[in-house]
Amino acid sequence: MYEFNYHRPTSLDEARKILGDNDEAKLLAGGMTLLPTMKMRLASPSDLVDLSNIEGLADISDSGDAIEIGAMVCHAEVAASDVVRAAIPALSDLADSIGDAQVRNRGTIGGSVANSDPAADYPAAVLGLNAVVKTDRREISADDYFKALFETALEPGEIVISVRFAKPERAAYSKFPNPASRYAVVGVMVAETAEGIRVAVTGAAACAYRVTAMEDALSKDFSAGALEGIAVDAADLLSDLHASAEYRAHLVGVMARRAVRQLIA
Amino acid sequence: MTENGFGAAVRRKEDHRFITGLGQFVDDINRPHQLYAQIIRSPIAHGKINKVDVDAAIAMSGVVAVFTGADMAADGVGGIPCGWGITSKDGSPMVEPGHPPLAAECVRYVGDQVAVVLAETRAIARDAAELVDVDYAELPSVANLESASADGAPLVWDDAKGNICFDWEIGDKSATDAAFAGADQVVTIDIVNNRLIANAIEPRAAIGDYDAGKDEYTLYTTSQNPHVIRMLMGAFVLSIPEHKLRVIAPDVGGGFGSKICHYAEEAIVTWASRKVNRPVKWTADRSESFISDAHGRDHVSHAELAMSKDGDFLGLRVSTRANLGAYLSTFGPAVPTILYATLLAGSYKTPAIHAEVKAMFTHTVPVDSYRGAGRPEASYLLERLVDKAAKQTGIDPIELRRRNFIQPEDFPYQTPVALEYDTGDYDAAVVKAIELADYANFDQRREESAARGKLRGVGISTYIEACGIAPSNVAGALGARAGLYEVGTVRVNPTGSVTVLTGSHSHGQGHETTFAQLVVEALGVDFDNVDIVHGDTGKVPFGMGTYGSRSAAVGGVALMNALEKIRTKAKKIAAHLLEASEDDIEFKDGQLSVAGTDRSVAFGDVAMAAYVPHNYPLETLEPGLEETAFYDPKNFTFPAGCHICEVEVDPDTGVVQVVRFTAGDDFGRIINPMIVDGQVHGGVTQGIGQALYEQCVYDDSGQLLTGSMMDYCLPKADNVPNFAVTTNVTPCTHNVLGVKGCGEAGAIGSPSAVINAVLNALSDYNVDDLQMPATSERVWQAMQGNG
Ligand SMILES: Cc1cc2nc3c(=O)[nH]c(=O)nc-3n(C[C@H](O)[C@H](O)[C@H](O)COP(=O)(O)OP(=O)(O)OC[C@H]3O[C@@H](n4cnc5c(N)ncnc54)[C@H](O)[C@@H]3O)c2cc1C
Repeated sequence: MYEFNYHRPTSLDEARKILGDNDEAKLLAGGMTLLPTMKMRLASPSDLVDLSNIEGLADISDSGDAIEIGAMVCHAEVAASDVVRAAIPALSDLADSIGDAQVRNRGTIGGSVANSDPAADYPAAVLGLNAVVKTDRREISADDYFKALFETALEPGEIVISVRFAKPERAAYSKFPNPASRYAVVGVMVAETAEGIRVAVTGAAACAYRVTAMEDALSKDFSAGALEGIAVDAADLLSDLHASAEYRAHLVGVMARRAVRQLIA
Repeated sequence: MTENGFGAAVRRKEDHRFITGLGQFVDDINRPHQLYAQIIRSPIAHGKINKVDVDAAIAMSGVVAVFTGADMAADGVGGIPCGWGITSKDGSPMVEPGHPPLAAECVRYVGDQVAVVLAETRAIARDAAELVDVDYAELPSVANLESASADGAPLVWDDAKGNICFDWEIGDKSATDAAFAGADQVVTIDIVNNRLIANAIEPRAAIGDYDAGKDEYTLYTTSQNPHVIRMLMGAFVLSIPEHKLRVIAPDVGGGFGSKICHYAEEAIVTWASRKVNRPVKWTADRSESFISDAHGRDHVSHAELAMSKDGDFLGLRVSTRANLGAYLSTFGPAVPTILYATLLAGSYKTPAIHAEVKAMFTHTVPVDSYRGAGRPEASYLLERLVDKAAKQTGIDPIELRRRNFIQPEDFPYQTPVALEYDTGDYDAAVVKAIELADYANFDQRREESAARGKLRGVGISTYIEACGIAPSNVAGALGARAGLYEVGTVRVNPTGSVTVLTGSHSHGQGHETTFAQLVVEALGVDFDNVDIVHGDTGKVPFGMGTYGSRSAAVGGVALMNALEKIRTKAKKIAAHLLEASEDDIEFKDGQLSVAGTDRSVAFGDVAMAAYVPHNYPLETLEPGLEETAFYDPKNFTFPAGCHICEVEVDPDTGVVQVVRFTAGDDFGRIINPMIVDGQVHGGVTQGIGQALYEQCVYDDSGQLLTGSMMDYCLPKADNVPNFAVTTNVTPCTHNVLGVKGCGEAGAIGSPSAVINAVLNALSDYNVDDLQMPATSERVWQAMQGNG
């Protein structure tokens, strides 16, 4: 790790000011991604702006037709929250499937969504549940949010404040974990939302994406069988040590069917 | 059974300090005024070093020195020696390249040491290391056996043509050819034994501490065998005589063979400490461990088994290529030869065996011992082949094994590949394992799994291994450049407490408990009054250390022999005190008594008499009560057993889950069954790791792709079931304890049982071969017909 200045502001304004004054400053949430990268000397921020002392970033609230999860809420809290469990059990399960206990106790939803690791779980929920990412300057709808590998709609210095999930009719998440890291090799969120059926995939491609062919099929016939025969194109999928593109494409189908079966069972 | 004596499941003495964080590992040790070393390692697999520019690093505040290979060479530092020489078929010695601790001319793997920075803090050392500018002329490289064997492949060493270090054979080729000529049927198999990284929980560390006043060196290091390090580093690398070099391997957090080798960093910190006249500390981080700890396994083999029409094994032919990495590690050449091909008879009466092994250099981390070292490779090959033979002949796999087992009346049994097995009862272990595994009801469980959409399979292996290495003269004839005895000293203190100095080394095995149990058994002293000292050449007279499951079978026996000397002397003292004849003294439960009388003296009083010899036979007996024994075994020991694995395969994804695992082992007599169970659990877990998860992968340019836990998959708690373990005892015939060893068996017997089970689960899919690790994708591809 290189030397850096550590800040723990108590307000968003203060945080923004530090970010504005230092080109090489970075926000610090749970540190589960950023700190290992710094230890490996792959990142060298001049300043770290720790968000943990800013009030209002770590709440979970229910507004009737939606729940809102503060950026600094850690995965373990989401998994344990009665509010989340009552509204969107698939989201509790997803949070509970992330990494290991230590990672769940530190890693945050804001950090995960801002980082947009291709193998992270939350992106499938954000996209599948048609969530809204609230930042210090605007609201970004899920369909506009994920851009490319580790790339989102966030602008430099933009701070994620919370993620708002409208309550779906029903939703299920099925994950194929990487046996080494337990990140998602493929994760599929299937949800019936006010705007219709959504099928969102994480792990398989550079960033989370929707499979419209599956959405159409499920809109007509909400059954696992409806997904049989829908070929997932391997062309744009990731291929690495852990899974070839072909295998990932196959797993997208398997995980989608499993998610649907969970909802029908 | 004496309480806390031989055979008791005594809780481990050492665990209190480990689980309360009071262990003293190398990184816990800090010497006054110490500096921190950071090694600059090659980022490329092969290249010529044009220039190492250290100016910017030296200029940095807090940096004390930067040394390069040229500096060490100028000081006359020698190369890291190899501890085992192998001779090729044609009589030529193996190619044995030089191995300077810091490379001066050429780098040969990603991670090769090039320079070292010494600084006041670890952080400064790291920052400065980035300022060392090494100019490389990159050269083409070979990252695996296939590319190393290709025509015109780049050479790792110019004098190793075709990248071959040696081309070795064992067994009778013409007899084997004749067996094949007369065979009714032949089964063949191609096997890859996947390359592994040991990943001991404690990364390696070393502190060199030179005392200018006495002109003496101390090296603290994470080693399984400190005396061996003293010998190799002192005699070959740094020219320091034994009396000027103390090597301390304190608490060590796991080794699995990767901490046997003498490593460059040990020599670097020791040498550098004298250069700057301050202690020098180096601790690897995990990333560094991945690219600098010796790797394990990495074989590619073709094997053929000749059989009669009834399934009698007639002959076995094996051809193996083994990857040694870029340099010869301490025991590197012995692993794919002496520790591998000599085990190819397995537990079977195959009359003719011939094996040839080509050992190759590649631009990768040196390869050496990893739990089992050679024996897992042999057992895996054979047990896969035998299962394939069962399938091909239609004979039940257990029946086929039984038909070919060496029978109890056949011992001692001379195999066609050099070893003489002293004893065993292979079928007894099978019977026990089958029963414990509830093998008879497997079909019912298969149906239950099928009802849940899972494919269930069962697999068996009946392994054998050779432990307790070895008679020194035999090992020497086979190429060992050291003796392989062990040393034990028993120091009875004046008040009757006992200090044991052993040449064995515990890095997780629990010697402080099991060795204390031997003392309790022999002398009747309290368990808490026994202390086991190991891992310090300044305290322990000598020793060859711990590997090859040798601690109990060699170190334990040495200790037992020393205890016997203590008993003999104690009886002499007691005879004097009790005014009786020595022959009439009985020594039991800590009391020395005159047979048939009520006259007795406690062992503690005997000890006191030995140190305060007021009433003592001084004319005939020295005072004091301390004895040492060196023990050189007559033979290897031969643990064997039967492992039975059940798996469930998810047909949608190819995921394999081990759902039942049963081990029926014969380790000879057992000192502490709880510790033995633990060794089996750990070994089997590592075997399951090799079979299903672990795989070290280099890309074509020699970059390690599995350089962290994110990509190198170690087995985790939810990957293994509760193990069912049992033992059958045939005592070793040639050591007084009757013990054989249990440290590696789990990792030796299990991989084939797992893969055999997976293949059994896939029996409807026409999958014949499946290489390790059987990852979900591999299994899925095989089910698609892409095996
Ligand atoms: C061993 C291990 C296993 C893991 N397994 C999984 C898994 O199975 N599934 C999974 O989804 N994830 C997994 N993770 C990732 C982890 O759960 C976190 O989600 C992730 O590390 C990011 O969250 P964080 O709070 O740690 O962010 P940090 O590491 O603190 O920050 C990550 C990035 O986001 C930026 N950032 C943080 N907060 C904000 C904000 N509010 N606004 C804007 N930018 C911000 C930071 O500047 C940084 O660039 C794993 C991590 C580890 C170490």
